[in-house]
Amino acid sequence: MGQPLLTVDGISKSFRGLRAVANVSFEVEEGAIVGLIGPNGAGKTTCFNVIAGVYRPDSGRIRLRDATLNGLRPDQICRAGLARTFQLVKPFKDLTVEENVVVGALCASGSVSEARAATGDILARLGLKAKRFQRASELTLPDRKRLEVARALATRPTLLLLDEVMAGLRPTETDEMVATFKALNRDTGLTILLIEHVMRAVMALSQHIVVLHHGEKISEGTPEHVVRDQAVLDCYLGEEVEV
Amino acid sequence: MPLDTYINVLINGVLTGLVYGLSALGLSVIFGVIRIVNFAHGEMMVIGMFLALVLFRWFGFDPLLSIPVAAVVLFGVGYALQAVVIARVAHLADHMQFLLLAAIAIIIVSACLMIFGPDAQSAQTDYSLDTFAIGDIIIDKVRVYAGIAALAVTGALLMFFRYTATGKAIRACADNYLGALVVGLNVGRLYALTFGIGAACLGAAGCIILLLVDVHPYLAPSYTLLAFVIVIVGGMGSLAGALLGGVLIGASEALAGVLLDPSLKTAFSFALLIVVLLVRPQGLLGKALQ
Amino acid sequence: MSGLFAGVSTRGRVLFAAFLAFLIVAPLFLNDYWLAIIIIVCYLGYTGQSWNLMLGFAGLLSIGHALFIGVGAYTGAALFVHFGVPPALGIFAAILVAVVAGSIIGALGFRFEIRGVYFALLTIAFAEFVRIMVDHSRWLGGTAGLFLPVQNREGIDLLNLRGSPLMFYYIILFLNFGALALCRWLLAGRLGYYWQAIRDDHDAAQALGINVFRYKMIAVMISSAMAGVAGVFYAFYYNNLFPEQIFSVEQSVQVTFAPIVGGVGTLFGPILGAFILMPLGRVLSTLTEHWNLPGIQLLFWGICVAGIVLFRPAGIWPWMARTLRLTVRPGKDE
Repeated sequence: MGQPLLTVDGISKSFRGLRAVANVSFEVEEGAIVGLIGPNGAGKTTCFNVIAGVYRPDSGRIRLRDATLNGLRPDQICRAGLARTFQLVKPFKDLTVEENVVVGALCASGSVSEARAATGDILARLGLKAKRFQRASELTLPDRKRLEVARALATRPTLLLLDEVMAGLRPTETDEMVATFKALNRDTGLTILLIEHVMRAVMALSQHIVVLHHGEKISEGTPEHVVRDQAVLDCYLGEEVEV
Repeated sequence: MPLDTYINVLINGVLTGLVYGLSALGLSVIFGVIRIVNFAHGEMMVIGMFLALVLFRWFGFDPLLSIPVAAVVLFGVGYALQAVVIARVAHLADHMQFLLLAAIAIIIVSACLMIFGPDAQSAQTDYSLDTFAIGDIIIDKVRVYAGIAALAVTGALLMFFRYTATGKAIRACADNYLGALVVGLNVGRLYALTFGIGAACLGAAGCIILLLVDVHPYLAPSYTLLAFVIVIVGGMGSLAGALLGGVLIGASEALAGVLLDPSLKTAFSFALLIVVLLVRPQGLLGKALQ
Repeated sequence: MSGLFAGVSTRGRVLFAAFLAFLIVAPLFLNDYWLAIIIIVCYLGYTGQSWNLMLGFAGLLSIGHALFIGVGAYTGAALFVHFGVPPALGIFAAILVAVVAGSIIGALGFRFEIRGVYFALLTIAFAEFVRIMVDHSRWLGGTAGLFLPVQNREGIDLLNLRGSPLMFYYIILFLNFGALALCRWLLAGRLGYYWQAIRDDHDAAQALGINVFRYKMIAVMISSAMAGVAGVFYAFYYNNLFPEQIFSVEQSVQVTFAPIVGGVGTLFGPILGAFILMPLGRVLSTLTEHWNLPGIQLLFWGICVAGIVLFRPAGIWPWMARTLRLTVRPGKDE
């Protein structure tokens, strides 16, 4: 297998004394789909934002193959090959769907015409081709989520970070998204790291799962393994019992 | 230069600074609560000045006695402005609000131009040229009265905000807009009240300043800028900060006027503004920005 | 609603061509008075376009634009008066100085994360500071002003910008429409897309690999360069410079009128705004001459701007383009 694509090594992050993430380490193999789950407040989003360059970790390293990502700005991280989506989608409202994706494509293309040519495939894959001249502000939520993903894909990432992309989608829409990602992963070998609450999606998509709780990693493994892991069951069930 | 000169200058500067502080208070209150920067600040103060001038010319009212009148009139103007005009652009981007107020400022200036003409005019009271002498310290009577009046109005304002129900309601709006709505405060009306109060401060400040300075329509922009400097240095939204900033700027301008070329003193204020904006934009006493 | 990426319909193209053609041949039948007005209109349109770039494209509100115009003007004028450098060369120095000024303010603003109103105040503070400094500079003429040698109004000397009003007319016409073309070209490319993205959502833009600082700085630099050029034109057209006038807050605020009325963030807005405000203002002023109302033009402009902000914040151009069907949305023909 060789070197993993993404190595998260001993990441810790505190906010004003409150430990959000404590010494979390895991690896993402090239071509894999890895899910990062945990109850609310487990530190998933913080961990995600540290990887995406929004926060600087207090300690630990993040490596994309050989390159260290610590301390890079979000735009530098994108150019290094890591694209991310936002949980609360951020479409460029005044631009059309196609123009939104062009903005992303310009990261990997030299000119606007080249970028525009590259958007065709991506839009088709995400089922947005018919709507490409619509203003982003006119889209429904599921379409905005698809746009968010399309835009990130246009930057030609080696690793795609998905931030609760299924939130707010109906079960059929969730299944469609899962199918899209599976196809992407299969056809292009795109590596995906996703934070998710929607278990249906996590179980269907992930080949490997990392579980966080109170900022620490408490389990990791295949979906089947994690689902049976006592520690994981405790943290999810335990949360409900605690008053 | 002898120490006495410095003390003279300093005291005069502080007294003037109290008046600056009062005018800056108006700006700060409006920003602190409504989050709007009143670019028509100087223009409203000039309305107060012209009002005091007219009352002085027609009825012989000492400008200080005109304070209640000017305060009420400007309150009405401010209230109406916020309720009818500015509230309509609350949802638009910052630059739109600025532009609206800049346009209003221009309308006020040109109206004043048409009514009063471009020449400087003054209100000379009997005590305009008198001074108090304490040992070797000489202080203009007008400055002392101005300072006292400014302090009085400021004090009244601070008591209003601290001790009355409306005052507290306004402070609640400033602290937490959504929360205020949730507990049922009529935020629109409170905003209008706030703008009215801010404008009233300016009316009062205008009357007081007329004792010290001649009025003409083009005076306004420099006072707007001065108020910005004070409020930025003292802290946007902080009442004590506005006062403190006013005194500081008044004193430093006076001193700079003596130590450097007098016409450079405004340059000094702007340099200070730049530094504060860069290093500590929330000012000395303001709340930190997100 | 932005007209940036909308195509222009055939009707729009024809109208534009006619408009431009009219302006080109206008000197044949308009007298000097009207030419002078059109010169000011184009000047307002040009400076407005430069300001528009900073706000409409980079999202930065500048109320100190007079600073860039002023330093450009003084640089060009001073080099000519003191060293005999012809403005055709001096203009490069003027652009350089203006760009440096813009870069300093822009960099300070971005580095220290000053946004919105605070940035606007920063621009005012710099403009005022420079105004006072120039007031005290005898080399630059100080408060009494810097005067260019009285010029020979006959003939056309492009190198030294000495000539008839006609020469200045075509120069500013070229600048105005040249700026339009330049901005359109810029917007169609990477810069345009990135600017729009940054303006819309800073964080999302960053996440897509856009170095926000760099692109904002580019907008600031282009904007201030354009303003610097306007300054040189101003200096040589009016032949005198007074710090109180050229650096004043009033000037800075007036620069904003045409783009606001026309439409911030649109390409054609500044020009349209200028063509609406200026002639109307002048006509009003002439009509009320015998009533002796100083400031009526200013009052009129204030009311216009207030009206636009209250009732049509997107400006007149988007509405006009929609109503007269001068633009088409992409994909309509498919």
